[in-house]
Amino acid sequence: MTFQEISESLQKKFGEAVLLVKADAAVDPFIVVAPQSICDIALFLRDDKAMQIDSLSCLSGVDRKGTLEVVYHLASMTLKHKLVLKVSVPTDRPEVPSIESVWKTANWHEREAYDLFGVMFTGHPDLRRILLPYDWEGYPLRKDYEVPEFYNGMRVPY
Amino acid sequence: MGLLDKQFEKSNVLVTSLDSLLNWARLSSLYQMQFGLACCAIEMMAASASNFDMMRFGVIPRATPRQVDVMIVSGTVTLKMASRIKRLYDQMPEPRYVLSMGSCSNCGGPYWEHGYHVLKGVDRVIPVDVYIPGCPPRPEALIEGLMKLQEKVRNESMAKKHA
Repeated sequence: MTFQEISESLQKKFGEAVLLVKADAAVDPFIVVAPQSICDIALFLRDDKAMQIDSLSCLSGVDRKGTLEVVYHLASMTLKHKLVLKVSVPTDRPEVPSIESVWKTANWHEREAYDLFGVMFTGHPDLRRILLPYDWEGYPLRKDYEVPEFYNGMRVPY
Repeated sequence: MGLLDKQFEKSNVLVTSLDSLLNWARLSSLYQMQFGLACCAIEMMAASASNFDMMRFGVIPRATPRQVDVMIVSGTVTLKMASRIKRLYDQMPEPRYVLSMGSCSNCGGPYWEHGYHVLKGVDRVIPVDVYIPGCPPRPEALIEGLMKLQEKVRNESMAKKHA
């Protein structure tokens, strides 16, 4: 399926939840959807006969200063098409429903996005830090992050 | 029969100081801790493999800190790893030595400014005997660092407690 066909069928099925369809993006065309319906959309994309998106290639976080973005790179191994989905949430209440129940790959990817950006994935079975130590404070890939002076008695700056 | 055997044929007595004998034994069997942290570890493995063969200096990797003389810190020391390294160092029996291998472990390396997660030099948590520059250092450099360490061991004395 082409990007246009996918976006049209998503718009037909989910209507209001599809916030923006950007076909002329610089790299990959993408679709911005409402955070609260990401789970339904993901499930539809996986199970629909025409979509069969069976793989989550990558889940990333982006800090847009004020809003946090989660980007889903999806692909269908069987039908050989790709899709980029985005959701955007305010930084002071960064809650995105987890899609771990749809693609298991999301488990660790969501933990990483939580670890480094502080995106709270609601419904995630085991949302704890994956790379940084458990007692780390703050989310280091946020734009307003400041490197701590000390960590466990060790001086951090050069 | 070798040359040495002929020399000691009549009187098989060697005179040396206890210090030199013990130091010679120690510097010829510096067992290393078998662990690596980053790309420097690849060079360390190359140094252990047949081309460079660190075992000819008596450097044998041991998988437990209890049987180890020298810890080669080969790679980026993250803050998460730093406490583990400290613990491993504390578990080594004395006399113990530390070789800091590569820029990361010397001073933070390429992570010196933006590495929020990197310890800027392993000497912030454990004392270092020899620093080996390079990113990563070639096996020759590692072996030179090792020989510097051997030099240090050679000049130690039981009577004078080393630092």
